[in-house]
Amino acid sequence: MSAVLDVRHLRLWYGTARGSVRAVDDVSLEIDAGSTLGLVGESGCGKTTLGRGILGLLPEGARADGEVLYKGRNLVAMSPRELRRLRGPELGLIFQEPMTRLNPLLRIEDHFRETLGQHEPKLTDADVRRRSLDTLGRMGIPPTRYRQYPHEFSGGMRQRIMIALALVLHPSLLVADEPTTSLDVIVEAQILRILADLRENFDTALLLITHNLGIVAESCDRVAVMYAGQIVEEGPARDVFAEPKHPYTRELLRSTISLDTEELHSIPGAPPNLISPPSGCRFHPRCPDVMRVCPARDPIETRPDPDRRVLCWLHGPEDDIPPGGTVPLEREEIAVAEEA
Amino acid sequence: MSDEVLVSVRGLKTYYSIRGSFLDRLVGRTGAAVRAVDDISLELRKGEVLGLVGESGSGKTTLGRTLLGLVPATEGSVEFEGREITRLSEHDRRELRRRMQIVFQDPHASLNPAMTIAQAVGHPLEIHGIASGREEVRARVADVLERVGLVPAEQFMDKYPSDLSGGQKQRAVIARAIILNPVLLVADEPVSMLDMSVRAKILELMLALKADFDLTYLYITHDLATAKFFCDRIAIMYLGRIVEIGPSESIYEDPKHPYTQALLRAIPEPDPRRTVPRDLPRGEVPDASRPPLGCSFHPRCPRAFEVCGWESRDLKELLERRWAGLDEEGFEAERAAVGPVEALDVPSTHVRLSAHGGARGSDLRSLLDKARAADPEEPFWTGVRRIADANGELEIDWHDPIAPRLLPSGTVEVECHLYDEESLAEAMERRRSGIPG
Repeated sequence: MSAVLDVRHLRLWYGTARGSVRAVDDVSLEIDAGSTLGLVGESGCGKTTLGRGILGLLPEGARADGEVLYKGRNLVAMSPRELRRLRGPELGLIFQEPMTRLNPLLRIEDHFRETLGQHEPKLTDADVRRRSLDTLGRMGIPPTRYRQYPHEFSGGMRQRIMIALALVLHPSLLVADEPTTSLDVIVEAQILRILADLRENFDTALLLITHNLGIVAESCDRVAVMYAGQIVEEGPARDVFAEPKHPYTRELLRSTISLDTEELHSIPGAPPNLISPPSGCRFHPRCPDVMRVCPARDPIETRPDPDRRVLCWLHGPEDDIPPGGTVPLEREEIAVAEEA
Repeated sequence: MSDEVLVSVRGLKTYYSIRGSFLDRLVGRTGAAVRAVDDISLELRKGEVLGLVGESGSGKTTLGRTLLGLVPATEGSVEFEGREITRLSEHDRRELRRRMQIVFQDPHASLNPAMTIAQAVGHPLEIHGIASGREEVRARVADVLERVGLVPAEQFMDKYPSDLSGGQKQRAVIARAIILNPVLLVADEPVSMLDMSVRAKILELMLALKADFDLTYLYITHDLATAKFFCDRIAIMYLGRIVEIGPSESIYEDPKHPYTQALLRAIPEPDPRRTVPRDLPRGEVPDASRPPLGCSFHPRCPRAFEVCGWESRDLKELLERRWAGLDEEGFEAERAAVGPVEALDVPSTHVRLSAHGGARGSDLRSLLDKARAADPEEPFWTGVRRIADANGELEIDWHDPIAPRLLPSGTVEVECHLYDEESLAEAMERRRSGIPG
């Protein structure tokens, strides 16, 4: 399988009154055609900025550096005009909050007409209708409701319509940013099932951004764990969950509350601000396994397995750790004052 | 947990009336009502944590608010410490509010952005005229902030909510709720807006406070995973009614109601050996102003049968589900034959479908036969009593709906025909005497 998306050393930053925020700092990742990559981490770790940055949807004043290769073409170097042409037919986006993303004054039919008319102006009315009804039908929206307005649909139905609106253009890559956050648990599972079936039905690659590790475990092939603007661990979801290499991944897994949870667990402290992140490994102030080398030197990415990578001194490279670097470091008590 | 009953709810109903159209009001017609809480009875024992679990639209928040008197009860009674409180005057109720407090879901919206943390947390003391003087208020605020983990308190007192993280805000909201030493705390989704890594901390804080202050909790949530840790008993709500209630262990180990089973199955587990469950209930919680006949859950229930309340609207949904899977030509042909499906929106156990667009009654019948053949396991068909041709029309009759009753079953109570001997016997009877469609 070839990568439909190949992100190489991507940096995204934007200026604020207090300094520049390095929201994405040297991130590399690949997504194969038709596969699903889960991007997880706490709020404020840069997940949403990364997802939007890949699509070139950054706020005014943000800067990007590095490469985002989509089918071999670098999106970072593209003009806004070229990018706009790709967005929709090639690159799709599904937001959280389906309630606010449809125009309340337009019928569902009009949303599809507008979308298809914009990107495929040669389609006839009959073709537009056929394509729209077909995509809606696969999402479980009956054709009898094609001419209704958004307010006549429930939250879950609206999210299905949003997904159909993205898929009707047959994009090769879809970025879904917390697509189920505001939905109830049964509806959430219904939507996840639709997303999990994407590869069979549409052969679309999916970047699924979420803070819920349970969602990743159930619907993703691979998982990338993001902390303070960096990917700290990446690999096949099954392996990463079975045997997390990075302490942050392990702690995130332990603090996820599920039916199998036997005791409550949480990570002390909060993700750092990205204007002046901690020195060395950014997770070191919260890490239970912190060693002397961790605050002193930036960690180097290693591959404990051919298919996995991790950014943590626990996995070497040993040659780069100064003598005595692996001695555990006494951790300062983290007060609630620092909590997320 | 003691046996002393703190709150006793009997036959509680909270209806919201929907304003009708202008014409309705002109001719004096009153609009329909949303039955947000529809005849609920339960007891809350002193020192226990009762979880009220359901999806949005199940009425769990309205029930919590009705208990506190934030929403007027339409019917029924709520006794708090042995005293009837649904029809108290505003003056008496204010007294009562010192004893019962609430923590809302969204910590960002629960604090006034223009008040410092000290002002917000100390506000209840001023409202109830408890502490006198600024110094005393600040001293008590400092105490309670330290108690909820905002340490050192001085560092937080003069900050504004916008300076605090989500978890810290929720701690401040909890501090404000406990500063009056209440006995009952209603917590409405207190952790669902927070990051996973913070949820455990807030839940642990609430458990510690419960022990220290001898609190009783009503924990309202849609999330059975957090409720498992937190609750002694669980009540599962669906469309204004309690469909299952019992000790937590029983609910998790042996869920009885198909809805409870579905809620448990839908929780995402961080275990990659599991995949997204396939056998989930379809659809979403229906409109509470027009609840389904019989058992409200029957349209989504995989195990519904003869007595559950099948009706015209279920036929509409069946047709629409079928059409979502057909190509355009197939759909157009069938819809032309059936005509406008809106006629099926009126709840009824008897409909006459007239054939449209040159089709005949027998065409409609063969359409239904095809639908049935495509999915013979569909529970809808158990509810159909008779399908008959009548002068070019198709008459469809469903079995009479029976409202389920909340009955004891083992250690829990469950409102489902599957656990009601009489309903099962009636269904057998109907199956025997039914005229095959």
